[in-house]
Amino acid sequence: MWLINSLGILLIVLIVWWFWLYKPSNIRVQTGPIRILVANGVYQPAHIQIPVSRAAVLEFVRKDASPCAETVVFPQLQVSETLELNKTTSVALPPLPPGIYIFHCQMQMYRGELHVHD
Amino acid sequence: MQEKSITPSDSHNDAKHPHTQPEGATGQELLIEGANCASCVVKIETALKNVPGVADARMNLVQRSASVSGTASTEALVKAVEGAGYRAKVTASQKDAEILDEKEQADTAYFQRLIRDTGIALALGVPLMLYGMLGGDMAIHDNDRLVWLGIGLLTLGIMLFPGRHFFVGGWHSLRNHSANMDTLIALGTGAAWLYSMVVVALPHWVPDMARHVYFEATAMIIGLVNLGLALEVRARGRTSAAIKRLIGLQAKTARVLRDGRELDIPIEQLMVGDHLRVRPGERIPVDGRVREGQSSMDESMLTGEPMPVVKRVGDSVSAGTLNKTGSLVFEATRVGRDTALARIIQLVKKAQNSKPPIGRLADVIASYFVPGVMIIAVLSALAWLNFGPSPAVSYAVVAATTVLIIACPCALGLATPMSVMVGVGKAAEAGILIRSGEALQKASQITVMILDKTGTITLGSPRVTDLLPAEGFAANDMLRLIASLEQGSEHPLAQAIVDAAREQGLHLAKVENFSALVGRGIQGRVDGRELLLGNEKLMRDHGVDLADWADCAQALAAQAKTPMYFAADGRFAGIIAVADPLKPDSADAILRLRQQGIRVVMLTGDNRTTAQAVAAQVGIQEIFAEVQPADKAEKVAALRREGEVVGMTGDGINDAPALALADVGFAIGTGTDVAMESAGITLMRGSLHGLADAVDLSKAIVRNIQQNLLGAFIYNAAGIPIAAGILFPVFGMLLSPVIAGAAMAFSSVTVVANANRLRWFKTRSTSASTPLTH
Repeated sequence: MWLINSLGILLIVLIVWWFWLYKPSNIRVQTGPIRILVANGVYQPAHIQIPVSRAAVLEFVRKDASPCAETVVFPQLQVSETLELNKTTSVALPPLPPGIYIFHCQMQMYRGELHVHD
Repeated sequence: MQEKSITPSDSHNDAKHPHTQPEGATGQELLIEGANCASCVVKIETALKNVPGVADARMNLVQRSASVSGTASTEALVKAVEGAGYRAKVTASQKDAEILDEKEQADTAYFQRLIRDTGIALALGVPLMLYGMLGGDMAIHDNDRLVWLGIGLLTLGIMLFPGRHFFVGGWHSLRNHSANMDTLIALGTGAAWLYSMVVVALPHWVPDMARHVYFEATAMIIGLVNLGLALEVRARGRTSAAIKRLIGLQAKTARVLRDGRELDIPIEQLMVGDHLRVRPGERIPVDGRVREGQSSMDESMLTGEPMPVVKRVGDSVSAGTLNKTGSLVFEATRVGRDTALARIIQLVKKAQNSKPPIGRLADVIASYFVPGVMIIAVLSALAWLNFGPSPAVSYAVVAATTVLIIACPCALGLATPMSVMVGVGKAAEAGILIRSGEALQKASQITVMILDKTGTITLGSPRVTDLLPAEGFAANDMLRLIASLEQGSEHPLAQAIVDAAREQGLHLAKVENFSALVGRGIQGRVDGRELLLGNEKLMRDHGVDLADWADCAQALAAQAKTPMYFAADGRFAGIIAVADPLKPDSADAILRLRQQGIRVVMLTGDNRTTAQAVAAQVGIQEIFAEVQPADKAEKVAALRREGEVVGMTGDGINDAPALALADVGFAIGTGTDVAMESAGITLMRGSLHGLADAVDLSKAIVRNIQQNLLGAFIYNAAGIPIAAGILFPVFGMLLSPVIAGAAMAFSSVTVVANANRLRWFKTRSTSASTPLTH
């Protein structure tokens, strides 16, 4: 029984680490628009890093037909856009102060982060 | 496609020009300004064709548009046209209505796919479930392993086809270090299937009493969750009814008068300055100003104002409104994305996706929810394995699966946005434009409502009511001098005086050295005479003796009139009084606000006596009178410092600083000219009932959000422990994974259905607060 309990605890530790503690690496984008695929429940890429002084254009290409995926919201920036299916929708953001800006769909099935650093 | 050669001289006669495009090229449509002959067409086409990447360019002179194919950028094309001496702009690449149509088609296709997947999954799940419920043996024996293996493989087919999107989505999320509903469904059904296949393939690994299979649970859960998603798609389609209605108001074509001809053209090709004709029963295509004709206009679809409004030469008309009785020619003043209708649509869309602060707790929980549920599933399995009765393995699998299935992050995620979407849309139908979720929530919490007087409580159309000349002055002469002086004033009362003089046929003289003295009045020179018009302070400052006339002024003020003293060359010359009629329903609407427990305060620059008289007529007990424009904002700030949640209502332009300082600013106007971007909430109708409706509706929306959030929290807070087996020690009950799947599927449908109840919210319909004629 101790083996099963240990495996269970290990699984819990793995869940905590994988979903809450692990920091995925960011895709760094210096120039040009940032293309983000919206499909299969995830934004690809979901973790993007841009320089602090740079206005960014995010080009969302939505391939998921579910209504969950039809809106992208940047709650901290009060920005939202409707994403048309199988088309590219551009979201232009002004230069932002340093920080992490979450973006997600209406139900938060899809989640992404925009890291703005010096 | 057959290639057709078209010469430039042909192009202005054709509506369409078929032409081939190189692979990867796109077509662009430009509106051209300044072209009026065939040689212009040649110049423009040549300029466009010389842009690198342009495959072909054709101009239609009558429609003033150029179709360009190729890979050249829009900027390069516009520059080329400008280089040739003309102006160009891009038409909207796709209309709102087309985008909506495509969305509806996509939603329908998605809905049909989900129903198909539901049918396939339930075709296996229902018979299996019925077999188990009617006493069938779901345990494995040596003689039926092959049968169960076949069923297991069929179930695998269900997971790979109708259930595929859960597993693909769950896998991608997992790789992305995130987890969502797909993760839970994939893990839950996957665990149930895997355990069942182990029981079938390797029964000796599992204790005798635990050799049960759960293929029916896997198939049923996939079927029911797909069904829930399908119902959710349907229900969500209804939440965007308001936007669909607004977009449906946009006309597709317009009748334009060009070169002496009447042409029907797509509205994307209209430009500012075009003259358009609209007949009775037709919808106004763009914003404009009437140049010929007269008609009555139904503006209710935009403003919520039920009474038709008469439009004459010089009056503005708005896109989306309905021309009822006469034929009009009007000049386009705002087209495309600049029309009031287009701005309303954008504002409503943006507001529908904004989140009030009340919803942010759910956001915080959402990011921890699914991994938290996974941990609870592991803990419940361990608890059953360590402390549960035999067969502990079976119980552990059932409990863990049921925990994963019953948890519903979707209900939490949908709770706020669905209510906001429906509520904001409902408000828009009533002519109430809510700009953000924050304004919505604050409006529901208002404790003090400040109302500006002129144009808010009153009609904002003052008229001269009394003309009392002093000895030695004639009434008409006094009126002529005052009106001549007022020509230079922007004060709302000035127009009333000028209108009165014109009605009498008086010729107004030129004014010199005009100056406005803030908080006192105006002065200037007319016909060589030094004139003063204003309040008692102004007269005292200039040493004008009023004698007993102050009593006369007080008596007029007590009748809710605004008296003004007039002096010429330092001598008192008389009193002119102006009154601004109350809106017919102001008193009623203010009573509604007070019945909601809101303190109503009047704020005005008018004199105290007039202000008190007006306040008495509408049931307001608190007044700030004789307030300088610069001090209005400070009054708002002072109330906020006292801890009140302050709503301020004004016209959005003159009251901008006070509106910005209030917790919620309400911009109230008549028709679509009100400044929409100036306040948290814009009331398109002039009636104060719009204010009471806005507060009522905000409270209803916030209540709805609270119901949804509470429901989602309670559902998960109760469902997860029950799924884990908390009732088993006392009642011997363990929740079935199938029931958990059904509950989960319908929990988010319940949230959407509850949000849709807001569509039945009734706003107060009133009679027109503005007269039929302006």
